[in-house]
Amino acid sequence: MSYLRIDHVDKVFTSGARATRVLEAVDLSVEKGRFVTIIGHSGCGKSTLLNIVAGLVSASAGGVVLENRQVDTPGPDRAVVFQNHSLLPWLTVYDNVRLAVDKVFSRKKSRAERHDWTMRNLELVQMTHAKDKRPSEISGGMKQRVGIARALAMEPKVLLLDEPFGALDALTRAHLQDQVMALHRTLGNTVMMITHDVDEAVLLSDRIVMMTNGPCATIGETLDVALPRPRDRVTLSTDPHYLECRRRVLQFLYERHHYVEAA
Amino acid sequence: MTMQITKDDLVDATQADDRSIDELYARRRAPLIERHGARIRAFFAAVLPPMIVLTILLGIWQLLCIKPTSALPSPSRIWSEANDLILHPFFIAGPQDIGLGWRVLTSLQRVAIGFGLASGAGVLLGVIVGQSRWAMRGLDPLFQVLRTVPPLAWLPISLAAFRDSHPSAIFVIFITSIWPIIINTAVGVRNIPQDYRNVAAVLRLNHLEFFWKIMIPSAAPYIFTGLRIGVGLSWLAIVAAEMLTGGVGIGFFIWDAWNSSRLSDIFVALAYIGVTGFVLDRIVAAIGAFATRGAQAS
Repeated sequence: MSYLRIDHVDKVFTSGARATRVLEAVDLSVEKGRFVTIIGHSGCGKSTLLNIVAGLVSASAGGVVLENRQVDTPGPDRAVVFQNHSLLPWLTVYDNVRLAVDKVFSRKKSRAERHDWTMRNLELVQMTHAKDKRPSEISGGMKQRVGIARALAMEPKVLLLDEPFGALDALTRAHLQDQVMALHRTLGNTVMMITHDVDEAVLLSDRIVMMTNGPCATIGETLDVALPRPRDRVTLSTDPHYLECRRRVLQFLYERHHYVEAA
Repeated sequence: MTMQITKDDLVDATQADDRSIDELYARRRAPLIERHGARIRAFFAAVLPPMIVLTILLGIWQLLCIKPTSALPSPSRIWSEANDLILHPFFIAGPQDIGLGWRVLTSLQRVAIGFGLASGAGVLLGVIVGQSRWAMRGLDPLFQVLRTVPPLAWLPISLAAFRDSHPSAIFVIFITSIWPIIINTAVGVRNIPQDYRNVAAVLRLNHLEFFWKIMIPSAAPYIFTGLRIGVGLSWLAIVAAEMLTGGVGIGFFIWDAWNSSRLSDIFVALAYIGVTGFVLDRIVAAIGAFATRGAQAS
């Protein structure tokens, strides 16, 4: 039975008399605890799809069902890690996470418990040492870790990652990917991630959802990655199944649905 | 950092064959002098140029108005005629004969009330205009027209409405300083990054929480720009308003001095007004810098 279900979602953007159909008949089921990655060329509407799941954008037709309930407004049960971290610059690292904890657990936890929970989540991403710093005083990778901590602190049913490592250098990115894998192993969250990095998709996912080019983008193909966890990027780099998955995604993206420059 | 030579230094010095104690002493002192020197240089670099320019301008003024028949008093004549106003800002010699310091304070009190009201109302209206597309469409053209009305044009209406000079003066301050506050707040609210709105949406912040936790901190740099322009405008307006409404403010003092041909007093009052306006501006700027520290995105 599916935990998160994207049911026949269409999205049409209208500006004046012109209507652009961005997504068409997107259907996807995600089981609980699974790590699903959506990959596609830029402009294919994959971010729009994530925003629809998050409730930040409403679908023109169809809908999203989470744990048998339709969701169409944003909420902490679908916490988002935004591409550009979106930390509030006037709050410290601690206060950024605490804001979320205070809001989500205002009734369920006492003051002291909320403090402990904030610290627990900062520990998960190893950011306790910088808890009193402002976002402008820490590196891009650290900001993204705080963003992840803030999202995890909401105890979401689904964790939505919108190209979370896109703005980071390759080494930081690899380090953060390992951290996200480790978190997923310990916490068992259901995760939906947007990316355009083939290696990242294969390394992290249980299933890769490949999107066709827009307009009228839809799911072109899905691929289950049956690699055992924990995964190690160095060992996997010669693993035949890993290489086969990688080849199939590359083939989809560059042979069958190669990127067309917007006219 | 101490400048004293410790025992270790002496031991060092005796061990080193070609280094004298004096040399060591100089080595330890040098950075201190350099550090202080830099600060002193910075101080003079900031203070000296305006002092020189001021001296030159006063000199030219003195030369231009040196003849006893000249229409305007020279700096030396102002000093001899009005030095009591300069030296004793806080004397009280009668109900209408008080020091300029008191008069400035009276005017400042009016500005504080008028500007305080304008700040509160301006930020609230700005938030509404910034948040709601319809409020903006409806109100913005009105604001753009009204803000160009000169402060004193409001005075007769305000006198007719309040039938008293004191609230009228305050109203003029209010109506003069509110426009830049509204407009800047609205721009600040409209420029809240979509990212912050998304964070608020995911967290399901209610309107009040959004206002305090996202909107005000995010728009603070814009709001303070508006407040700074506003406080400058209110100081401009109070002097003009007081000239017409009377009372004990600094504006009325100028009008009174003009009627009794005390030109020197007017020059002194101008200096008071200028310095006070400058200080007001700096205070609001300093509060703004303090309140918005770290508010800029990175």
